[in-house]
Amino acid sequence: MKKKSIGQFLSESREASLVIVLAVLLIVVGIINPSFLSFTNIRQIFLNNTLTFIMALGMLCVMLTAGIDISITSTLAFAGMSIGLLQKYNVLHNTFLLFVIGALIGVVCGFLNGIIIAKGHVAPIICTMGFMYIWRGMAYVISNNNWASGMDVAGFSDFGKDGAPGPYIILILAYIIFFIVMKWTRFGRRIYAVGSNTEAAQVSGINVDRTLTSVYTIMGFLAGLAGVLSVSIYASAQPNMQYGKEMDVIAACVIGGVSMSGGRGSVAGTFLGALIIGIISKALPMVNIPNFWQNLIKGVIILAVVVLNVVTQRTMDRQNLLRREM
Amino acid sequence: MKKKVLSVLLASAMVASVLAGCGSSAADTAAPAADAAAEEAAPAEEAAPAEEAAPAEEAATEAAVDTAAADSAAPAADASGSTYALVTKSAGNPFMERMASGFQEAVEAQGGTVVIQNPEAATPDAQISVIQSLISQGVSSIAVDGNDANALTAVLTEAKDAGIKILTLDSDVAPDTRTVYCNQAGVQQIGETLMEAVYDLTGGEGDWAILSATSQATNQNAWIDAMKKLMESDSKYAKLNLVEVAYGDDEPQKSTDQTQALLQNYPDLKVICAPTTVGIAAAAKVLQDQKSTVKLTGLGLPSEMAEYIGDDDAHSCPYMYLWNPIDLGRLAGYTSIALVDGTITGAAGDKFTAGDLGDYTIEEIDGSTQIILGPPFKFDPSNIDEWKSVY
Repeated sequence: MKKKSIGQFLSESREASLVIVLAVLLIVVGIINPSFLSFTNIRQIFLNNTLTFIMALGMLCVMLTAGIDISITSTLAFAGMSIGLLQKYNVLHNTFLLFVIGALIGVVCGFLNGIIIAKGHVAPIICTMGFMYIWRGMAYVISNNNWASGMDVAGFSDFGKDGAPGPYIILILAYIIFFIVMKWTRFGRRIYAVGSNTEAAQVSGINVDRTLTSVYTIMGFLAGLAGVLSVSIYASAQPNMQYGKEMDVIAACVIGGVSMSGGRGSVAGTFLGALIIGIISKALPMVNIPNFWQNLIKGVIILAVVVLNVVTQRTMDRQNLLRREM
Repeated sequence: MKKKVLSVLLASAMVASVLAGCGSSAADTAAPAADAAAEEAAPAEEAAPAEEAAPAEEAATEAAVDTAAADSAAPAADASGSTYALVTKSAGNPFMERMASGFQEAVEAQGGTVVIQNPEAATPDAQISVIQSLISQGVSSIAVDGNDANALTAVLTEAKDAGIKILTLDSDVAPDTRTVYCNQAGVQQIGETLMEAVYDLTGGEGDWAILSATSQATNQNAWIDAMKKLMESDSKYAKLNLVEVAYGDDEPQKSTDQTQALLQNYPDLKVICAPTTVGIAAAAKVLQDQKSTVKLTGLGLPSEMAEYIGDDDAHSCPYMYLWNPIDLGRLAGYTSIALVDGTITGAAGDKFTAGDLGDYTIEEIDGSTQIILGPPFKFDPSNIDEWKSVY
């Protein structure tokens, strides 16, 4: 009897179960190392994971259409390296313009993904895999074995300095905008429609190709933006930056309850998923877990949360069905 | 029409991806060929023709470079006709790029042909496929900056059996798989230098931590071991307390997380020593942004660290060390030539002249034959401005 009531509470929404996971994580880590719950530390979790947070929004849109984009960190590196080099060779030092250029590079990269996937009906994982190599390769080519370092990006890096408001403002704005767009605009609902049932969406007059293209373009835009932010936050641009981090972004979405088969997922869930990823990477070194164990534990936590998610989802579906039958 | 445009687009995308992924795919496809070549070349007498065939192949592709070098070649153009390879840790790293330029300059000045291979990732498997393709090209010597001490053993033995001279620089591999190791500075020397810096910056007592690269990085582990041994053996360091060795995996984000964790876990921390270029830059930024009183030293690139080096409280790193990667590359270049022309065999006590770097002797340290470039170089506020534009 008691078990059922917990199940019922959890199944009210998937986000509720994530909040519980989050609370458990915070309490456990907080007990082992109280300084984890300090304001500075919480702030740094957001700063160090700004890139994951921001790109997870784009990945949410992509995954809602039953797609995936594994080229994002390559786009990030290409955009980041470009604006790093613009500063290194003293072409441009205007922070605003650098952001615009970086984001535009991302838009172009994303648009190419979108157009090939939508018009060419290429499987998203294949298409973005190609671009994953292309943009990473481009980052190496343009870098020509150079890094843009601390002194090259001196003024610009103040934007992402620990304690500066810039990254947080971008983060909050991005989440507010996406929350509104995904919930209350025609465009947002179209993305859900395309992902839930492509044929039905097509029949009902939604331009599926255009929706798909825009979704990947948005992803590219956010990846480009993340590239600029990365250079600013770490005061350094290297062609191998954020290598392999696309998995963190996908993990954040999956933890947040976004379905790989499309049509299911929310901005709030994505936020919680990214937060859990951020807390894991920040907490593991702080609770004195030996280095060799950190990745292993990260994997176990991700799997555990996803399994919990699936169970919750199933309970939810079953209860919805029961309610309908009654 | 639409379909045509699309197919052109797709085709061009595919070509572009092939080009972009060229490094790895070329190496991959070359791997089976390399195996076959190595098998054939295994008997010593067959190794010779393979060696001769290679320069001809190389000459076609690098003819321009070759003639240019030959024009300016020193009178003793004893390196001509041979191909000298360098395998770096990974592409896109300025330190490796400077090292390669030094290697190229030294070898080409003697009239030799240079092949420089940058694996796309800093992993042993990426190096293995690159080395396999070098074996099939039949180069005369391979200088490797090892990404792993033991993982390259099989492929390097294969190369040695094919008659290729193997040497290492920067990061060593298992000593019996190569003839000699061009060491940027002795492990002991670096350990002592860094320990002395920690002693100086802490004022002789208190907590300090190490932020390293990956947990299996050969160099960093050797240096850290040397520092730990010094702390045990020398009573001078008795009051120093090494609280943790953290690993940032040479990744800015992880290094940042690890540095912040060190600051939060050890409120009495006085000094962080980061013997790795990515780690020290990430740590420097964290400390400087937080206006922390914790001081930093270690091994870093001057261009990466110029922002953070200074004596006042506004800067996080009072001074740090490194060696000259260009000179290290040149030393490896001269050593390659000396090994191939037989001036040295790789035995301890062998002497040779490395151009204007001077005379070097092969030393035996802990059962491994090494050539030591010199002591680490100190970068402080007085000289950082002149070095930051060099590398």
